[in-house]
Amino acid sequence: MAALKTRISIENLNMFYGDFHALKDVCLQVPQNNVTALIGPSGCGKSTLLRCVNRMNDLIDGVRTEGRIIIDDQNIFSPETDVVLLRKKVGMVFQRPNVFDQSILNNLRFGLRIHRQMRSKSETMELIQKSLEDVGLWDILKDKLHHNARQLSLEQQQRLCIARVLILLPEVILLDEPCSSLDPIATMRIEELLRVLRERYTLVIVTHNMQQAARASDYTGFMYMGQLIEFGLTQGIFTAPCKELTENYITGHFG
Amino acid sequence: MFRKINERIIETAIRVSGFAVIAFVILIFLFLLKDSLSLFRVYPLKAFLTSTQWLPISEPPTFGIIPLLMGSILVMVGAIVICVPIGVATALFIAEVAPGYLKMILKSLVEILASIPSVVLGFIGIVWLGPFLKTTLHLNTGMCGLTGAILLAFMALPTIISISEDAIIGIPRSYKEAAYGLGATRWQTMWRIVLPAASSGIIAAVMLGIGRVIGETMVVMMVTGNAPIIPHSILQPLRTLTATIAGEMGETVGGSDHYYALFAVGLVLFVITFMLNFVADISLRKSRK
Ligand SMILES: Nc1ncnc2c1ncn2[C@@H]1O[C@H](COP(=O)(O)OP(=O)(O)O)[C@@H](O)[C@H]1O
Ligand SMILES: [Mg+2]
Repeated sequence: MAALKTRISIENLNMFYGDFHALKDVCLQVPQNNVTALIGPSGCGKSTLLRCVNRMNDLIDGVRTEGRIIIDDQNIFSPETDVVLLRKKVGMVFQRPNVFDQSILNNLRFGLRIHRQMRSKSETMELIQKSLEDVGLWDILKDKLHHNARQLSLEQQQRLCIARVLILLPEVILLDEPCSSLDPIATMRIEELLRVLRERYTLVIVTHNMQQAARASDYTGFMYMGQLIEFGLTQGIFTAPCKELTENYITGHFG
Repeated sequence: MFRKINERIIETAIRVSGFAVIAFVILIFLFLLKDSLSLFRVYPLKAFLTSTQWLPISEPPTFGIIPLLMGSILVMVGAIVICVPIGVATALFIAEVAPGYLKMILKSLVEILASIPSVVLGFIGIVWLGPFLKTTLHLNTGMCGLTGAILLAFMALPTIISISEDAIIGIPRSYKEAAYGLGATRWQTMWRIVLPAASSGIIAAVMLGIGRVIGETMVVMMVTGNAPIIPHSILQPLRTLTATIAGEMGETVGGSDHYYALFAVGLVLFVITFMLNFVADISLRKSRK
């Protein structure tokens, strides 16, 4: 295997919701061009950790963060970091598909607009086509771009959400239980999509579904009560975990 | 058994009051229609709708509704232009920007504004706003359409603010999260996501606010100058539909042509208000969908 490059380096991260210590000394090196899964019982801090990486937690009152997250040699918590650019570089897909109540076209154009990247019409259309092709929606939607995005099926909505992130040419994509509102077949297809996207992006996916982590990820981190208990190759975590807690969780002894 | 009878009684009572409201509205409409028709038996409908003069006590009288309608429309449009941006901006500020304590203060201010009697507003218009506009805009008189429009805007503001605010608060959090997640700033999120998503609720708010002031009489009678002539600008004295009815009803003889003409004016007003509320209702329903 080629030498792994670290894309995101999380160093001694502590996070507090007010007095509640939600993340405890988390250290994690997210490898580039791989799918990294975060698993653990609900409430263990998976979403919290994920939302630290593009600073979505800034939106919540009373949140305090200690430690560093390094992306491209820069600590994202430092005052010099431009959050707008950070979120462009580190895109996020949410648990429930959250397309805007507007046309498909507007959903895709939104990112270009806010980042002042509206080029000529033909260039914009090219980008839109490319991003829809990447998520396998172009052939279905190319004649329906003016339809309201909320008329799509949930799976298509979630794909559109991914396309909406891709159009901004991000480098990292964070996915917070992206399949939890989808049926098993749609879930499989999204997982396939992730495997394709891995070639070009660094993906971090939160899931409470262990089969999904086993199927779709290259690396897995197991979290418990705000701590990262174990991190390693997915195969290793699922076949020969080092920690007893991990083993108990994977074998279904709690959860 | 008892419970069943109880249920029956309550259900019937609710149903009766529901039908009673509908019946009242229809009765009012029929009443207006009947008295208006009495006018059109002696005075042509066409003249009522097209004549450009309202001269109820000259010989022979002219009952042209156009000057009054123009007066009402001008004041209303003026009020809309003033109160919509202010109202929507305030609603956005309260819903999205203001910290907790400021939110409380603003909301109670809006409630206080809603509870000011219109006579008091009219009084403020006469002693303060009118003279102020007169000197700053170099007008012949401060009693003009603009003064009325500003005061009506203030009367519509509480409705617009509180209903728009509800519409904005009702926007799913997930939309905002999506926008922030893509790197949008707070203003971009408000302008491009929150406002469009709340638009039908906001339109309803504006309609209801305007619907509330279109029937308003006291303020416009006190400050708009009461000149039943076609206004060429909002800076001229004018007279609205409501002010005409309220101002002239006391001087007419029951059963005279003039008396019936005022009912016809009332009918026009009723139709306008009804349509406004209808549109507001449709957009509210759309926004709740
Ligand atoms: N906005 C918040 N305010 C306070 N506590 C929160 C907030 N969000 C999450 N928490 C708490 O932080 C812990 C981790 O939550 P989360 O990261 O959502 O867990 P997971 O995604 O693993 O299910 C939970 O105990 C939760 O109650
Ligand atoms: Mg979660």
